[in-house]
Amino acid sequence: MTAQDVVFALLGVIAVGSALLVVTTSNVVRAALWLVVTFGSVAGCFLVLTAELVAWVQVLIYIGAIIVLLLFGVMLTRAPIGPTDELNSGHRLVAALVASATAATLTVLSLQAFHGVFVRLDQPGTAAVIGSALFRTWVLPFEVISVLLLSALVGAITLTRPEVGTAGSR
Amino acid sequence: MHIELAVVLAALLFSIGVYGVLARRNAVLVLMSIELMLNAVNINLVAFDVWLRDTLHSGQTFALFVVALAAAEVGVGLAIVVQVYRLRATVAVDDLDELTEPANE
Repeated sequence: MTAQDVVFALLGVIAVGSALLVVTTSNVVRAALWLVVTFGSVAGCFLVLTAELVAWVQVLIYIGAIIVLLLFGVMLTRAPIGPTDELNSGHRLVAALVASATAATLTVLSLQAFHGVFVRLDQPGTAAVIGSALFRTWVLPFEVISVLLLSALVGAITLTRPEVGTAGSR
Repeated sequence: MHIELAVVLAALLFSIGVYGVLARRNAVLVLMSIELMLNAVNINLVAFDVWLRDTLHSGQTFALFVVALAAAEVGVGLAIVVQVYRLRATVAVDDLDELTEPANE
């Protein structure tokens, strides 16, 4: 066990615990706030793995943008703000069975496949390194992703125009 | 550090996301669980990139692409959820069963 192992394990425990609270809490706003904790500790895991740029992008986009969007979604759909028991469907038991089967299979498989593999953390993925890879090797996929993001957001705006779906437009 | 920690953490987060998608009734909470699953995949991508010492850094680059895709997905998803709320006045995914076949007697 190295120091990195200990820090990563602690951050992982925080991430898994808060993720469990995200899917079990009976309060929508609290679920979004626990999701912030999960994303923050996963960003810490990226930092331990020396992926600096990915960690900061995670903080900026997940915590800064996606959580805010989700909170806007909570407000716009007038979700119950206080605790309520309407958030879970009737088949929680089946869902728990499927999820624990997935967890057991994936954990056992990956433990068998990667037992004792040691990662050397001496090539940090700084903004300079990743930026150079992104704009030299991966520049075409990068541009395709930006066009996709643009079209998705234009589509989102078109979908939410007030006249779409009302009686007048049919 | 040992890579088992990263893959096990990713597997656990992914399964928690699976549970959330299956068990939650509110569409916004289903979207949150999908974000959890996407984040689990990112941990694997970054861990394998660092382990294999990829000179092109394809893993971390792809993790950045997944983040951008997650942003696009949550934008379109929330637009659909808001529109569903406007038309049906509910976001409970159990109640959106217009396309189900009538149950056989």
